[in-house]
This record gives sequence, structure tokens and C-alpha cells, in this order.
Amino acid sequence: MADGNCLISNEWICGEYVRTRGQELTDATLEHVWITLASVAIGLLVAFPLALLARRWRSVAGPVLGLTTILYTVPSLAMFSLLLPVFGVSAAVVITGLVLYSLTILVRNIMAGLASVPEEAREAARGMGYGPLRLLFGVELPLALPALMAGLRITTVSTVSLTTVGAIIGYGGLGNLIYEGMRSFFKAEVLTASVLCVALAVVADLLLLGLQRLLTPWARKSRKGTT
Amino acid sequence: MDVVAKAWTWLATGSHWAGPDGVWHRLGQHLFLTFVCLAISCAVALPIAVALGHIGKGGALAVNISNAGRAVPTFAVLVLLLLSPLGTHGQWPTIIALVLFAIPPLLTNAYVGVSEADREVVEAARGMGMTGGQLIRRVELPLAFPLIMTGVRTAAVQVVATATLAALPGGGGLGRIITAGFRLTDTPQVVAGAVLVAALALVVEGVFVTLGLVLDPMRRRTGRRSTAARRPPTDQAPASPALTT
Repeated sequence: MADGNCLISNEWICGEYVRTRGQELTDATLEHVWITLASVAIGLLVAFPLALLARRWRSVAGPVLGLTTILYTVPSLAMFSLLLPVFGVSAAVVITGLVLYSLTILVRNIMAGLASVPEEAREAARGMGYGPLRLLFGVELPLALPALMAGLRITTVSTVSLTTVGAIIGYGGLGNLIYEGMRSFFKAEVLTASVLCVALAVVADLLLLGLQRLLTPWARKSRKGTT
Repeated sequence: MDVVAKAWTWLATGSHWAGPDGVWHRLGQHLFLTFVCLAISCAVALPIAVALGHIGKGGALAVNISNAGRAVPTFAVLVLLLLSPLGTHGQWPTIIALVLFAIPPLLTNAYVGVSEADREVVEAARGMGMTGGQLIRRVELPLAFPLIMTGVRTAAVQVVATATLAALPGGGGLGRIITAGFRLTDTPQVVAGAVLVAALALVVEGVFVTLGLVLDPMRRRTGRRSTAARRPPTDQAPASPALTT
């Protein structure tokens, strides 16, 4: 069967669709990538101080963990809908929602990572005259990296997948194509966008895994050290 | 904050709660879908997970399924199933999608719970001459109970969330109030629907937390609080959150 016909016969796999709508696919993928990147980056920037506060004061830890868990329980469609009146129809709605979701895992994993730092390492650094900041960034953070990166990978993968729901307000990256294809019963569009979305998640996960290997060269020697 | 007041007015209006598009009917659909799908997924996933955990094999499978469940967008699966030949069979695409996304947390948590049940206790029970079946029923299941309940709770919240999304391709449930609000560009209705959905998810979470504490077979004997709290798995999702949506 000629390729042109697969658009007419509405087949699932259609090379012609990919060829003729290449630009649309690229744009959607790029939107997907930047929404994900922005959400995860902001999520990290918010989660890190939160985790430090929660570690410093026990009275903060309970409310922070409780609140992020509650936020995680809210279904995505409801989350975006609740943020709609705050930001209006804009990418900020989707990004804020995704940031709020990312906090749950990031805060917990950063805290778990920091808690796993051996007390001896801390003592040694203090003995060498490390101040609190240098202790944090020079000793504790590198040792907490495996747990942090594990959290970052989970967050990134679920953020990629959740971004699709942003289609409800038109900022869903590849989700927009899925939404559009759903309304016009265009199978090739839905399947192509879905596959790209999963591929995006897998690629992001592998990139982060590579980054983790790069950042924690000491973990490579003993295989048990990797998370 | 005008929207908040209007959303409140929407919720306070009696006519919005009655009829086939009303809150009560949508809530009924939502609860029915959640209950049926959770029951199906438990019936499918728990026996497999317990069996695998008992023989201590298939750990990679459990982890991979959980990772795949995170990477595949629920929305995409809902739409793909709708466009598939199944799409003409009423509720079935929704039910299948809901079951698919409820299985990973059930499988992973139950597997980890059973396979990591205290080895010394298991060995002691075996030494006492317990058969495999007795071992599962009287030792491993009670020990794994908190984690199994965590899985059920996560799956329940996941099903509630996915059932909400199912409104986009035209499924029933509370999500319809939100999508109808979007279609009418009626932001107060969107917010009101979102509040209802969020409240439902939190209530479901709360009910399962309570059930987990009340039903714990070890509670009276050891005063155990929760295994999940004792051992936070850093390379897995935190104990409670639903994985996606």
C-alpha cells in the first residue's frame, strides 16, 4: 500500500504523517522538553532548601512531608484546574503543577540522601576545619548524590508523562497532539505522539543515569554503591 | 479570588448536584469505576506478587513494571484504547486503562513486602515444619501487610486520578464536571469540579490509611506502626504517592 493512503485509511503507523507533519511533531516535542526541564529545575531549586529546612528543624519536617504527600494525592487534571484561576491559561499552570508534584519525591530523596551521609565523614570534615556551607556542598551533597539522582530520575520520568495532561489548557507538548488526535480520531497522530513521549522519558532517564555515573565516579568501583 | 466565590456558589447550587450530569451521579460513576477496577487489579496483581515474593524470583520484573508504569502517560493509554477496536465497547477502554495503571504499585509493594519479610522469622517457621501455603498465610502475609496496604492505597489513589482523566476521552466520573467546565469556558465550574476530585482523592487516601492501621494483623501483638516508615526506599517512589497522573 502506498504511503499516502495510510492517512486516508487512518492507520496506526503512518510514515506519511511523520513526513508531512514533521514540523508540528518537532514543535510539540520541544515544548514538551522545555516544560519538563523548567518544572524539574524549579522543583530542584525549591526542594533543596525545603529538605535542608526539614532536616534542620524537626518541627518543619512533618508539615513539609505531609503537605507534599497531600499535593501528590491530588489528581493532575484537578491540580491544573485549580491553578487555572491563579495563572490564567498559560504554561505557568502546567509548570507549577508539575513542580508541586516533583517536590514529594525530591524532598524525600534529598533528605534520605543527606541522612545517609556517614557521621564519620561529617566529623572528619569538621575536624579539617570545614564550615557548614563547605561541609554541605563539599562533603554531604556529593555523598547524598545517589539518592538525589534516583529521586531526580523518578521525578523526570513522571514529569515527562504528566506533561501530556497539560493538553487540557493547550500546554501539553506532545499531549496536545494526543488530544487533537483524540478529537479527530487520527490514529497515527495519537500513536506517534505517545511513542515519542515514552521515548522522551526513556532518553531523559538514560541521560540522568549517565550524569549520575559521571558525578559519582567512586560508586563505579563497588557495584553495591550505585543506587 | 472572585473565582473562588463563584466556585463556592457553583457547589452550593442544588441543581448542580442532581440529574445525570449532577455531582451525585458523577460521584457514583467515579466510585463504581474505582471499586471495580481496584478489585480487578488486586485479584490480578496480588496473587502473582505474593507467589513471586514467596519464591523470591521476579524482582527485576516488579521493578521494571513499576518503572514502565511511570514512563507511559496515562492520558496516552486512555486515548489509544479509545481509538482501538475496544473503543466501541462502552466503559471497557477506561476499565482496562485503570486496571493497567493500578497494577504496578500493587505488584511492586506486595512483592517487596513478601520477599523482604524477616528472613529469620521465615526460616524459623520453616523449621517448625510449616508448608509453603502455611508459610504464606501465617507468616509472610501478616509481615508484608503494611506494604501490601501501601500498594493498595497507592493503586486506589491512582485509579481515582486516572478515572478523572478518563473524562477527557468521554468517560464518566467527576472529571466530566471539569471537562464540561472547560468546554463552556466556565472557570468556576472547572474549579468546583477540581475541588470535588481533589477531595475525593484525599478521602480515598485517608480511608485506606485508616484501613491499613485497623486491619494490620500484627498491630495488637507488636504495636508495629508501619514498615514503610522504618525503611524508606530511596530508589523507589515514596511510600504513599500515586505514581502518576
